[in-house]
Amino acid sequence: MRFLFKNVYNANHPALRKLVSRIQGVSSDVLAFIVRRILLLIPTLFFITVVTFLVIELPPGDYLDAYAANLAAGGDPVDQERLESLRKQFGLDKPAHLRYLQWVSNVLRGNFGFSFEWNTAVEDLIWERLALTFVISLSTILFTWVVGFLIGVYSAVNQYSIGDYIFTTLGFIGLGLPNFLIALVIMWYAFDKFGLRLSGLFSQEYQAAPWSIAKFFDMVTHLWLPLIILGTAGTAEMIRTMRANLLDELNKPYVETARAKGLKERVLVRKYPVRVALNPFVSTVGWTLPNLISGATIVSVVLSLPTTGPMLLGALMTQDMYLAASFLLMLSVLTVIGTLVSDMLLAVLDPRIRMETQ
Amino acid sequence: MTQEFPQRSNTVSPDEPELDDVPNEREKIFVATPRQLMWWRFRRHKMALLSSVTLILLYLVALTWEFLAPYDPLRHDVQSAYAPPQKLRFYDEEGFHFPPIVYGLKGGRDPKTFRKIYEVDKTAKHRIRFLVRGDPYEFWGFLESDLHLFGLENNEGTVFILGADRLGRDVLSRLLSATRISLSIGLVGVILSFVLGVLIGGISGFYGGKTDIVIQRIIEFIRAMPSIPLWLALSAAIPKDWPVTRVYFAITIILSLIGWTGLARVVRGRFLSLREEEFVQAARFAGASEPRIILRHMTPSFLSHIIASLTLAVPSMILSETSLSFLGLGMRPPALSWGVLLREAQNLQAVALAPWLLAPGLLVVIAVLAFNFVGDGLRDAADPYAR
Repeated sequence: MRFLFKNVYNANHPALRKLVSRIQGVSSDVLAFIVRRILLLIPTLFFITVVTFLVIELPPGDYLDAYAANLAAGGDPVDQERLESLRKQFGLDKPAHLRYLQWVSNVLRGNFGFSFEWNTAVEDLIWERLALTFVISLSTILFTWVVGFLIGVYSAVNQYSIGDYIFTTLGFIGLGLPNFLIALVIMWYAFDKFGLRLSGLFSQEYQAAPWSIAKFFDMVTHLWLPLIILGTAGTAEMIRTMRANLLDELNKPYVETARAKGLKERVLVRKYPVRVALNPFVSTVGWTLPNLISGATIVSVVLSLPTTGPMLLGALMTQDMYLAASFLLMLSVLTVIGTLVSDMLLAVLDPRIRMETQ
Repeated sequence: MTQEFPQRSNTVSPDEPELDDVPNEREKIFVATPRQLMWWRFRRHKMALLSSVTLILLYLVALTWEFLAPYDPLRHDVQSAYAPPQKLRFYDEEGFHFPPIVYGLKGGRDPKTFRKIYEVDKTAKHRIRFLVRGDPYEFWGFLESDLHLFGLENNEGTVFILGADRLGRDVLSRLLSATRISLSIGLVGVILSFVLGVLIGGISGFYGGKTDIVIQRIIEFIRAMPSIPLWLALSAAIPKDWPVTRVYFAITIILSLIGWTGLARVVRGRFLSLREEEFVQAARFAGASEPRIILRHMTPSFLSHIIASLTLAVPSMILSETSLSFLGLGMRPPALSWGVLLREAQNLQAVALAPWLLAPGLLVVIAVLAFNFVGDGLRDAADPYAR
């Protein structure tokens, strides 16, 4: 076993030296880039809290009016004392800017408010759903990348073949189809032809069960449908970009040179043009996360997935504003952070991105 | 190619007969106006051409649905709940018919499931008439009439070409009437976003420096937010008792509040690249004022690009409105849009029973694809001097 690693252990091994020098060379401007991006995060987060706070404030009347009306509608006695104490707790008797500060400081301490619809603290409701939303979105990104990349390369290398035509047409349709419509059609088809109800993310027996390995695998078996539905538009876009980029590259003289020198076609394509074509492809990744989170909201309503979508919609419909606002806040914050992380990874991979934003 | 000059006038005397008949394509290109060149290039994109015809037809429908629809879209008749589409028949045992006929529908209930079932009743033949008097309507809200392009005389029997919905309302009429809101909200929304985008993007690109940085940060911020949750939250705040027109404009404004960022980026990008062009520099050295440079010299050369980007921005507006209404936070009944109609298709059982409820989805896809193709074609045509 040791002899296999012997060369790598050796600090003078050329591959290791190259890696070390690369990390050292890159680190200073990457660090600067990362620091700049993190500093930019501060005003962004501030704006997000302001927008979210506006959403809480927009409906006429304050949150407790809605709460009291809800209680009265349900035939429950309205406990004035409790209302008063809640009013104090959320600072609803104070002017708007103080209410904002109070709300932000509550959120920072992990107190997101109270959901009267579910009659429990908001923080007990949101985390699992947020986590599932991000699991779905991140797996969709992976799916989109793998499928889009493979088909894009295939289409470009075999331009004007039957496969290329099929994929290009499918891609165009995929771009035009709103994903909730795909969801509706697939669900209808499965129900009509096979009597299947393709909704939810878990089988019946796991729905309320605590997390376990078995539940996880059950989720994985249900994940494919949301993945395909959410990934259609993104994959279509990826295929288009990849195909166009690679076609541009394939006609360049360096490819011809490599071919003339007798390099095998497969190796040649993989080693040079694909790498160059990948760059613009990678730099658009930053926008896919917001789009996916956005699309997942509506698809999960159609497929009744236990993610943020249905609960957010319900909260907005019943004006359960603290719940709705917490979802909006956390979705935005996590999206912004996710985009930041992907940008940082890109900065490490592609020096041109660091330069661009300087 | 543009470097080659036609040799004809130098080598051949103009009165040689056989050369006069040869249409000289290349020469035509040299003397063509930019607009002609754009049209020629656009014409080459066959899908774009086909799509623009589709769009013109769709907008004609949106303008005149009251006349085109056979029924009032709100007219309901529980007797024909979920009635299946009726086929137009040009032939029967008596021979050819024009206008076509439809067979009547006999409704009954399944003895086991109590589900409503329909049978084609071949004895009841209804002849379709053109320009019949039917449900009264107010054309665009003021011109009263009851003339319909086609329908049945005296309303004997039914003609549901796309079937009926839960309450026995004619899906085709509803679909046609929804076209007005769905297609216009795309245009109005894009125009609003465009005004915002041009103002802000133009300022950003023209002044550059600090202004540019701040505006770019704001755009990045808005684009980093997931848009549908934000739209949902904003439109949830629209009071339930607002009249249709006010909801319409509120939705449009909400959509453009986020939609302008894409257009602002395009405008800024064009502005930045044009600012460095020689003819703009020349105008500046010649002493033209800034507004004159912008309006007289810069606008014409990026107008076509802007129109292309606008066309490409319409589908996402249409889709956003459809999504919002589909979720119940956009337009709401009695207003009709494709999204409102698709709400009927949310119930899986209803769709299994009446797949024609998905028809609005087909129209959404057609409209979106058509706009995409036309936008693609326009983008190619926008710069006729390229290549």
